[in-house]
Amino acid sequence: MLRLARIVLAVTTFAFTAPAFAQLQDENANDFTEKLEIGISTDEIAITSDFRGADLTIFGAVDGFDPNLLAQGKYNIIVSLEGPKDNATVRKKERVFGIWVNTSSMTFELVPESYSLSSTRDIETIAPPGEMGNMGIGVDHMRLVPLGFVGDGSNLGEFRNAFRRIRETSGVYERDPGGVQFISSSLFKASVRLPANVPNGVHVVRAYLFRDGTFVAAKALPLRVVKTGVEQVITQTAHEQPFFYGLFAVLLAVITGWGASLLFRKD
Amino acid sequence: MSIYLPIAELSVNILIILGMGAAVGFLSGMFGVGGGFLITPLLIFYNIPPVVAVATGANQVVASSISGAITHFRRGTIDIKLGTVLLCGGLAGATVGVWLFSLLRRVGQLDLVISLLYVVLLGSVGSLMLWESVRAMRKAANNQATPLRRPGQHNWVHRLPLKMRFKKSKIYLSVIPVATLGFCIGILTSVMGVGGGFIMVPAMIYLLRIPTNVVVGTSLFQIIFVSAYTVIVQASTNYTVDIVLAFVLMIAGVIGAQYGVRVGQKLRGEQLRALLALLVLAVGIRLAIELVIPPKDVYSVVSAGFGF
Repeated sequence: MLRLARIVLAVTTFAFTAPAFAQLQDENANDFTEKLEIGISTDEIAITSDFRGADLTIFGAVDGFDPNLLAQGKYNIIVSLEGPKDNATVRKKERVFGIWVNTSSMTFELVPESYSLSSTRDIETIAPPGEMGNMGIGVDHMRLVPLGFVGDGSNLGEFRNAFRRIRETSGVYERDPGGVQFISSSLFKASVRLPANVPNGVHVVRAYLFRDGTFVAAKALPLRVVKTGVEQVITQTAHEQPFFYGLFAVLLAVITGWGASLLFRKD
Repeated sequence: MSIYLPIAELSVNILIILGMGAAVGFLSGMFGVGGGFLITPLLIFYNIPPVVAVATGANQVVASSISGAITHFRRGTIDIKLGTVLLCGGLAGATVGVWLFSLLRRVGQLDLVISLLYVVLLGSVGSLMLWESVRAMRKAANNQATPLRRPGQHNWVHRLPLKMRFKKSKIYLSVIPVATLGFCIGILTSVMGVGGGFIMVPAMIYLLRIPTNVVVGTSLFQIIFVSAYTVIVQASTNYTVDIVLAFVLMIAGVIGAQYGVRVGQKLRGEQLRALLALLVLAVGIRLAIELVIPPKDVYSVVSAGFGF
């Protein structure tokens, strides 16, 4: 029953040309000799009516590595799949006159709606937390910037923790500290997951290479998640022709109701 | 078997949705109500965003009210004139309601207001109905007549100006309370996604003293139009009507309703009212408990797309 659309992606070592992410590919502007390449066979995932989430396999290669360090397992790779970003509001309930009411809230600016992280080992052991924090890798290091006035900011921590906890328990934020495996000396395979209630839009696959706790290189590729067929037509109509869409919904209800009363009419 | 809802943007189990629709349809056919007050909370319990649940619930109410209204139309138990006055109030109410809906959604209190409204309305209507039907059952057991409507007995409602003659209902009544009732129901339709029959029917019988035989048909007549209007307005302003979800619910609902009607015909009027009262109270209590007990998590997260 739980058949997952498994998208197996081709092994590629050639460079992808994605202009929007060009600046990210140049992040490794330092004197490391290592080069990171990743590839996916598709840049688009279609949501069909039986969509139940998808497992995505990303292949990549490390070029120009130091064989000694590789043998010692000093190279670590983190691959993340980040969903489209949107503002998210965290609300806190308190008891007021015996009932539970939302009393305070905090809105975080442009946080990914889904986030799946896969790595060669637990990311806390790959690099010091400071470095991870700077790069914003991992749910715990994700940048959560409050929008608007937050008072003295004393409750910032609790709202951030609540946000992370809720997103993780609901399954839209995940981590798999073993999801990246070397399949040969320089070739690796990473699996990340698109949850079933995946947001539409442009997702970004990011790969980071660390050498002995130091960040070396990063690579990013866009992945568009789109509705297709009927689903796409419905969404488009609902937003572009909302009045006629509403009218059609009512008409459908009228026909269904009328049809049933004709069909089951007792003569 | 799962199905992707394009507007709610999530995958759901189609069998659960069909089951929900059929169960609510069965109850609505049995009791002659639209079932919106059951379907909307059920959808919310099943993690459908409240904004989608409310708008889609209204769409389902259109389908389930139509077949009932057709039956009443054939029997001639709809007072079109009375229904039209109710409808005028209802459309105004629905417009205010959609505006109120957007406002509450912005300030983050929509779920609280929906729950409070449900608790107060279901609680009071349920208790009144239960009390009345138990009394009627007792009287029936003692072989006494049960006059639902006491002619000649008037209340303050009948002293208001702007009176109008409603031929089919054989009453002479001010349009003010009728339009006001319609207005209030209209607000509820767009804020709660209910048809409002469970409030309108008792209010018409006990408050306006409209003869029982035209009450259900006339309320269905107004519910169809107000719900249809709500669906169109919600679709145009909030883009929250999920046609796939609505269609699955409708199909199961109208089929369930046919079986509900058959069971309903085997029961006596006061027994039906007592059962409906218990059902209404149960939903009300369920929601009340949710408001009072400490929540599992005092925090909740909504993203900008589907906040409430």
